[in-house]
Amino acid sequence: MDLVNLALKSIFVENMALAFFLGMCSFLAVSKKVETAMGLGLAVIFVLGITCPINNLVYTYLLKPGAMTWVGIEGAENVDLSFLGFILYIGTIAAVVQIVEMAIDKFSPSLYAALGVFLPLIAVNCAILGASLFMVQREYNLAESTVYGVGSGIGWWMAIVALAAIRERMKYSNVPPALRGLGITFIVTGLMALGFQIFGGIQL
Amino acid sequence: MNKATKAILVDPLHVKNPITLQVLGICSALAVTTKVETSLVMSAALTFVLVLSNFSISVLRNKIPGSVRIITQLSIIASLVIVADQILQAYFYDVSKELTVFVGLIITNCIVMGRAEAFAMANPPGKSALDGLSNAIGYSWILIVVGLFRELLGSGEILGRTVFATTAEGGWYVPNGLMVLSPSAFFIIGMIIWVQRTLTPDMNEEA
Repeated sequence: MDLVNLALKSIFVENMALAFFLGMCSFLAVSKKVETAMGLGLAVIFVLGITCPINNLVYTYLLKPGAMTWVGIEGAENVDLSFLGFILYIGTIAAVVQIVEMAIDKFSPSLYAALGVFLPLIAVNCAILGASLFMVQREYNLAESTVYGVGSGIGWWMAIVALAAIRERMKYSNVPPALRGLGITFIVTGLMALGFQIFGGIQL
Repeated sequence: MNKATKAILVDPLHVKNPITLQVLGICSALAVTTKVETSLVMSAALTFVLVLSNFSISVLRNKIPGSVRIITQLSIIASLVIVADQILQAYFYDVSKELTVFVGLIITNCIVMGRAEAFAMANPPGKSALDGLSNAIGYSWILIVVGLFRELLGSGEILGRTVFATTAEGGWYVPNGLMVLSPSAFFIIGMIIWVQRTLTPDMNEEA
């Protein structure tokens, strides 16, 4: 039950894109068409679902104070490597993204062409690293961090597809010239985020 | 100062602003701008990382093999961010607590990666450091302006000093609760874009 709650919480209440504003760069840049948004969103779910548990293992068995006890060398239980976190998490993420990129290139060249430059950019999508950092900060265990990773991915996917759908419709509206493109996208995202605030009070 | 250097220095402030035109580094701009103080600290940390990362990546640019360049850049950036984070934790512990994971997220701040990829990989170290500095300033002014509006309208204060006396303290100003919530950052940046592009119509996008 806790895991279901955590999943709901990470999808709605703590939506990566609309409550924490993570992964905004690609969120705003790749949301012109629903189809590409869908592809990027799915890639994000996949990468988050893998990197979150891996980084959890990295933290538990390598980094946290006393984590090195299993090595068996005397004094290893006093080692605290948690300051190296950033570099190891990003290393894991970059490696997983590389694998996903090769897999998509092989199985779906059209999706690969559509995602173009944004696939490597998943590595620097703050939502991915952010999820790992939140996971460490909140001391999730392995199962929780898997659920949290997948849940945040689904939340992000949902948000980007919704925004892309709104932007497709916006082609037919008369936006002031200076606001066209990025400006109005900011304001629409702001309104969406405001809508998501309604989940804020829910206690799970 | 010749024309090219001037362009490197001035363009990112307005016509090629990292936030409002290049769409880089938005996440942190939205999340840390509730107060001027956090905006300032975040800007300082980003300036530190961006100048040094652009410089060091540019020094190594001819040695980095193309196929592993992203991970090389990331490890350089991550090391610099670790340094910045440790300094913040040592000297500004309270602010560092308030910024939570966002200092770590400088690693994935697209400005740093974006400038490394777009500029530092193709230009000599001096120029790259300059480019890093001007982009950091372009990012900082947006952050500080957003922080200024949000703190002033949201709690009637600037840098913790009362400017508008709020009704709760017997003054006249009713704080605007929306400004404390994060969506307001979107509206303010949207407005900044609107003003910028009205002043400089060349920046307008097609549809």
